[in-house]
Amino acid sequence: MGSTRPGRRGFLKGGAALAGGLTMGAVEPALGQTLGSGPLGYIKGTDELIAYGERSRFVTSVRIQHPPGGRPSPDGFGLVFHVATPLQDSVGVITPSSLHFVGTTRGSFMPDIDPQEHRLMIHGMVDRPLTFTMEDLKRLPSVTRTHFIECAGNSSRSDRRTAQETHGMTSCAEWTGVPLSVLLEEAGVQDGAPWIVCEGTEEVKGSSSIPMAKAMEDCLVAYGMNGEDLRAQQGFPLRLMVPGFEGIFHTKYLRRIKVVDRYYMTYNDYGHLTQDPDAAALGYQIGPKSVITYPSGGQELPGRGFYEISGLAWSGGGAIRRVEVSTDGGQSWSDAEIKGTADRMAHARFGFSWNWNGQATELQSRCTDELGQVQPSRAQVAEFFEVPLGPSFRVPGRDNSIQPWRVASDGSVHNAIA
Amino acid sequence: MRSLSLLPLLMLVAGSALAQSPTYGLGRTPTAEEIRAWDISISPAGDELPPGRGTPEEGALVYQRKRCGTCHGPEGEGGRADRLVKRESGSAADPWAWGRVLPIRAPYATVVWDYINRGMPLNREGTLTADEVYALTAYLLYINDVIAEDQVLDAESLPQIEMPNRETWAELPDWKPGMPRLQGYPY
Ligand code: HEC
Repeated sequence: MGSTRPGRRGFLKGGAALAGGLTMGAVEPALGQTLGSGPLGYIKGTDELIAYGERSRFVTSVRIQHPPGGRPSPDGFGLVFHVATPLQDSVGVITPSSLHFVGTTRGSFMPDIDPQEHRLMIHGMVDRPLTFTMEDLKRLPSVTRTHFIECAGNSSRSDRRTAQETHGMTSCAEWTGVPLSVLLEEAGVQDGAPWIVCEGTEEVKGSSSIPMAKAMEDCLVAYGMNGEDLRAQQGFPLRLMVPGFEGIFHTKYLRRIKVVDRYYMTYNDYGHLTQDPDAAALGYQIGPKSVITYPSGGQELPGRGFYEISGLAWSGGGAIRRVEVSTDGGQSWSDAEIKGTADRMAHARFGFSWNWNGQATELQSRCTDELGQVQPSRAQVAEFFEVPLGPSFRVPGRDNSIQPWRVASDGSVHNAIA
Repeated sequence: MRSLSLLPLLMLVAGSALAQSPTYGLGRTPTAEEIRAWDISISPAGDELPPGRGTPEEGALVYQRKRCGTCHGPEGEGGRADRLVKRESGSAADPWAWGRVLPIRAPYATVVWDYINRGMPLNREGTLTADEVYALTAYLLYINDVIAEDQVLDAESLPQIEMPNRETWAELPDWKPGMPRLQGYPY
């Protein structure tokens, strides 16, 4: 044990974290690791770096178009389609605003909205129709909460290689805004109004119907994201947060909320149209879901020895209560550690101490949320609905099935969905 | 009657001076004109439909004039964009087999009107007049055998059209806080 690095010492002292399968003897000294030598470069200050900083040039993680091989973003006309977050490089629970996934109902030019000109109108079945400026909204009592948003298309398939390709259409940020209930109470919702319609400012004025019960429970009219104003790709200057519901409900460029007497089946609702009541029910609130981000598809383990398996878990049903990890392809499961507090309808970071013996194996994670809903394997879902589990099997509604990663004996990691 | 129908308008005009929310004293009352300009999501009951009218025949002409066919094909099929006529495979007994084609699958004709009004033509959204949208809706419903060739569509008649999927779609469950996604489903 020749290492004198403080981090390593702390690691050995903190042996409690290693309980469960990992013996001290298995930790090999980090032979051959020396401090870097060579001349140290420096970063010259520029006006831009002072005004609005940027990350190190050695950090190169970026978003990519989704799905792989799909419509490029931007396309030749400057339209933005779907772009996915590099989850495999993520740490903690917050997705940096620059790396937050982007979804559009169809390729759209982002509206370039002057916040001075922007208005939010609330009308319909209310006692007092009201129009708010951005300044009005920022004067109202605010809340700040951490929430994920996940796109309906965030579904793994055998031909997707990395966590970005399989799960990159979810992201998690800190959102600040006015509770929608405050605005609706100011307007005075009338009896017999079970739905609201929320509408944006972009060219198609994308709109969704949202149950009044959800609107009053926890929806947020958000102007802030990760400590600053929303990004244009995220709906600047105003977006609706519908925590735990599928991404499309989180209306960007929000300009209008109408309180109505029925389900409107408006522009974005039409995409949810189905004959199947189960698919309809499973199609709007996100189920308990998790993915191991390290080690994940496309990554390489440098050799046997200790690794902290790391990943993200989230659910539209509330907070994550439990995450389990299997390092033997789902035969046995052990509890992972949830880092920090798991917020409701937010990504939770989990970690699991693992000593890799250098043999091929398969890693999986599954989570349980505060409602007791458990993340299933594809086989469990197929069994529940009594349908055959073939390569063409699709999980009904929003796919929240377990993601298996195969670790080959050479340390390379691969998507293990058949 | 006449003075009665003016009443809400007068109240709005008077109200805009007070113009503020009760607890925080913020915001102002929108004018009736401001509401009308933005009130574009159409209820299945047709409440928000504007005045105007159109027939399938007029719609066929608008379809040509607005060059819908350059993307959707000259008669609603064979273009780069989604087909607008039903597939052969469906039947009145199995309307879903006609395919994911808005003017036949939508449970309400208002959905077709709303979609065209806000969303088409692609890249020139918001340029159609109400008459043109009624006419295009009539044309697309006609080529899908939903309405007759001589039917006039307006704010009255459009919501009354019986779409083949009116009763066959699954409604969302009544959402309540703390509700699992699907009763009896453990996942
Ligand atoms: C520049 C190409 C283009 C033009 C012109 C165009 N459309 Fe479209 N249309 C599209 C595309 C692309 C979609 C699919 C959009 C999406 O999926 O979000 C679409 C979708 C539609 C749909 C819904 C199809 C479905 O089943 O979901 C209707 C109805 C429609 N268009 C009608 C029209 C009409 C009427 C016109 C003429 C006024 C028109 N379109 C002009 C490209 C075009």
